[in-house]
Amino acid sequence: MSVVHADLHYTKTHEWVKVHGDGTATVGITDHAQEALGDIVFVETPDVGRQVEAGDGCAVVESVKAASDIYAPLAGEVVEVNTALADTPELINESAYGDGWIFTLRIADAGAVDGLLDAAGYQAALDAEA
Amino acid sequence: MGLIGPATSCDPRSTPPNRNKPHMLIHEQSRPGRRAAAQAPLYSAEVSDIPVSARRVAPLVLPEVSELQAVRHYTRLSQKNFSIDTHFYPLGSCTMKYNPRACNTLAMLPGFLARHPAAPDSHGQGLLACLFELQEMLKEVTGMHAVSLAPSAGAQGEFAGVAMIRAYHRARNDGARTEILVPDAAHGTNPASAVMCGFVAREIPTGPNGDVDIAALREAVGPQTAGIMLTNPSTVGVFDRNIQEIAGIVHAAGGLLYYDGANLNAILGKVRPGDMGFDVIHMNLHKTFSTPHGGGGPGAGPVGVSKRLEPFLPVPLVVQDGDDYRWVSEHERPQSIGRLTAFGGNMGILLRAYVYARMLGREGMKRVSEFSTLNANYLMARLKAAGFDAAYPQRRASHEFIITMKRETKELGVNAMDFAKRLLDYGFHAPTTYFPLLVPECLLIEPTETETKEELDDFVAALVAIREEARTNPELVKGAPHTMPVRRLDDVRAARQLDLAWRSTANCT
Repeated sequence: MSVVHADLHYTKTHEWVKVHGDGTATVGITDHAQEALGDIVFVETPDVGRQVEAGDGCAVVESVKAASDIYAPLAGEVVEVNTALADTPELINESAYGDGWIFTLRIADAGAVDGLLDAAGYQAALDAEA
Repeated sequence: MGLIGPATSCDPRSTPPNRNKPHMLIHEQSRPGRRAAAQAPLYSAEVSDIPVSARRVAPLVLPEVSELQAVRHYTRLSQKNFSIDTHFYPLGSCTMKYNPRACNTLAMLPGFLARHPAAPDSHGQGLLACLFELQEMLKEVTGMHAVSLAPSAGAQGEFAGVAMIRAYHRARNDGARTEILVPDAAHGTNPASAVMCGFVAREIPTGPNGDVDIAALREAVGPQTAGIMLTNPSTVGVFDRNIQEIAGIVHAAGGLLYYDGANLNAILGKVRPGDMGFDVIHMNLHKTFSTPHGGGGPGAGPVGVSKRLEPFLPVPLVVQDGDDYRWVSEHERPQSIGRLTAFGGNMGILLRAYVYARMLGREGMKRVSEFSTLNANYLMARLKAAGFDAAYPQRRASHEFIITMKRETKELGVNAMDFAKRLLDYGFHAPTTYFPLLVPECLLIEPTETETKEELDDFVAALVAIREEARTNPELVKGAPHTMPVRRLDDVRAARQLDLAWRSTANCT
């Protein structure tokens, strides 16, 4: 049973979003996603300073099974990336919601956060998939 | 069912017990001064015309072994192979059919082997006649207007095909067409080829029944659409019933249709991509036309085109002038996308495909698709009856089908990869695992037309037996394979810590 945290927002494509008070948000992939992908062997993070639109493929996570695009859940500017993933991509498997975060965005439109799924909505989406 | 069981310890692939350490590499057997006279060069090469700066200073580190050691090493390596000559090999999407020996024999006739690629056309009329006839047969069976045999692999054929789409739009001064549409079930090479040719790949979803999502396609096409790349039947193993509608939508938007020939075995002699509305196709001769699947080569990936793309075909091509055959080069085809190899393509592979096509004839080609789909549907029906879940149970299989181990993974904790690895112990090459990506815990199974019913029945019995092991002794399955030269490989370590090059350690050689 995969873990879903109540204080995060989610996308149907299995990204999680943690909105901070300063207008930024951190993005990673969910526990369900890391479990489905299996052991992760490579992560390509976006360049800091890159402007992304919601839905843009902006990172790549490669596991022993597949390479998958990670989509920007919100529009904004990439302000920080998790450089530790370059040498230790397994952080995503070990701590999908913590040390395995992928990048942080400065959100272009705070209102867009309301368009994301909450924990209950994401859990419902997972249940529908199962 | 008692006949089936894992290989035993006397299997020739396992390591003999009386050895301290198996020699994985021939270098490990090397001892200074040991020679194999039969393999030594007769004369030293003259190097005085090579600039001093470009000459090797230290001698090359080559294994120093006896002739017998070399023979044993490579014979033992070959015994470790899982190959179509030794095992059922239902690797979905790869069409691992039998490669008839006659194709090898005839392709190696001295007249073919000894011909120099730069010899004039007049000295190779027999070869050119074979190539011309192969072009004609491929044209006929795919319904295309013209064929070039130049691409040396499926991937190069894809590249050539997309390059022709680009050349076509450029010739019309239509620079706005920057996107290639690719269904999410596509082979990964499709978006890669599109990107290599400077396009942006845009994904189209697959509907719940395995067909392309028509509404999403309508939404995606526009003046930016250069074309769509489709495999039909698709990688989910079903024939897209809306192909004519898809062709209409893409053509109406000004785009072209690209047919990935990966699954041509399912429709050979029955339905023609040209009749479905495709403008360009590549064929994998190593799949449909039974040339050997080498470890990455040599291959051949001929391309076929509709009339409007003919000027852009890669060169050289063979044409017939009266009773003579000759090569056509870029001088006569100024709009050609150019050459893909120095000479005419992989002759040995093209000749094998030619012999295969001639042996089959038109009627035989139909039987290929009839028996490959019959075998796939028989196997799918048997596996369904045995309680396995087909990914698209309501659809008839094409020449391959998917079963999903989602339920087994959930209920037994034994996943598709565990089943695949355990199959090796039972003497079967594993099906394709975890592809296509859109079906969880999937095995893509393609039996091909050359397997017997008994072989297919044994495969079903093996999967049933493994499922029983998963219930009673799951660790046995999760730890498989147990009888191979190596156990379960550490995919993660292999990917993260590449170890590809052998280096001589001090005092070793």
